[in-house]
Amino acid sequence: MAANDINCEEALKQLLAFIDHELADGDRESLERHLRACRSCFSRAEFERHLKGKLRALASDDTSGTTRDRIKALIHTF
Amino acid sequence: MAITKDVFESEVLAILGRLNGVARRLTRNDADAQDLVAESIARAWCARGSLAQTSAFRAWMFRILHNTFISERRRAMARPHVEPLIEGEYDDQHPFSIFERLHQPFLLWFDNREQEFLDKLMREDLERALAALPEHYRIVVLLADLEEFTYGEIADTLQIPIGTVRSRLARARGALQETLWGLARDRGLLARTAP
Repeated sequence: MAANDINCEEALKQLLAFIDHELADGDRESLERHLRACRSCFSRAEFERHLKGKLRALASDDTSGTTRDRIKALIHTF
Repeated sequence: MAITKDVFESEVLAILGRLNGVARRLTRNDADAQDLVAESIARAWCARGSLAQTSAFRAWMFRILHNTFISERRRAMARPHVEPLIEGEYDDQHPFSIFERLHQPFLLWFDNREQEFLDKLMREDLERALAALPEHYRIVVLLADLEEFTYGEIADTLQIPIGTVRSRLARARGALQETLWGLARDRGLLARTAP
C-alpha cells in the first residue's frame, strides 16, 4: 500500500465531491486508484453517479413561447 | 458599467427555462413559479449595478431568485392560512444510503440490486422526493444535480461557505434517498430488491 493510498472510509468521505468533479487532482488520483482496487466503493460510486444522472435528466429548458413573450414584454417595461 | 437592457434580456432568456424549473420545484406550483420568476427578473433589473460581470450572471440571477423566494415565503407565512413547511429529522453523521441497504457484496457480478432499484424509479418518484425535501436541502440538490452548479457557484448563489455547501449537500442527498426508499416501498418496488 503506497503512502498516499486511502481506505474505504476515506474514499466514502470523498465520493460525493468526486462525482461532482470537485476533488483536487491529488485527492482525485488517490480515490481513482482506490476505486480501481475496491469493488464495493466502485459500485457505490457508480450508484451515486447514476442517481445524479437521473436527477440531471429532470432538468429541462422547456419554456413555452407564451412565457418567453411575457418575460420579454416585462423587460421592455423596465 | 451596468449591464445594458439588451444584454440583460438575452442573458435572462438564455436561462429562463432553468429559472422556471428551479422556481417550479421551489414553489411546487406553476402559477407561483411564474410569479416568482417575473418578480425575480424585476428585482434583478433594479439591482443590476450589483452584477460584477456578465460571466457571473447565472449565479447572480439564481441568487436573486432564491432570495426572492425566501422573502416571499416569509411574507406568505405571516398569513395564517399558509402552513409553514415542516423540517424533517435527518441523521447528520450518517446520511441514509440506498446503496448500503441494497448492496450485496457477495453476489455475482451481474446481480446488481442497487442499479436495478434505480432503473425502476420513475421521473415522478424523483419529483416527489425532491418536493418532499426541506427547502434548504432542496435548493442545494436543484443547483448541484439538476443545474450542475459547482460548489463555488452554489456558495455564491446561496451566500454560504463552501464547507456548508458540502455538508448540506451530503445531508440533502441522504434525505432524498430516504424519501425515495419510502416511495419505493410504498409502490412495492422493494419486494425483489430488498429483504
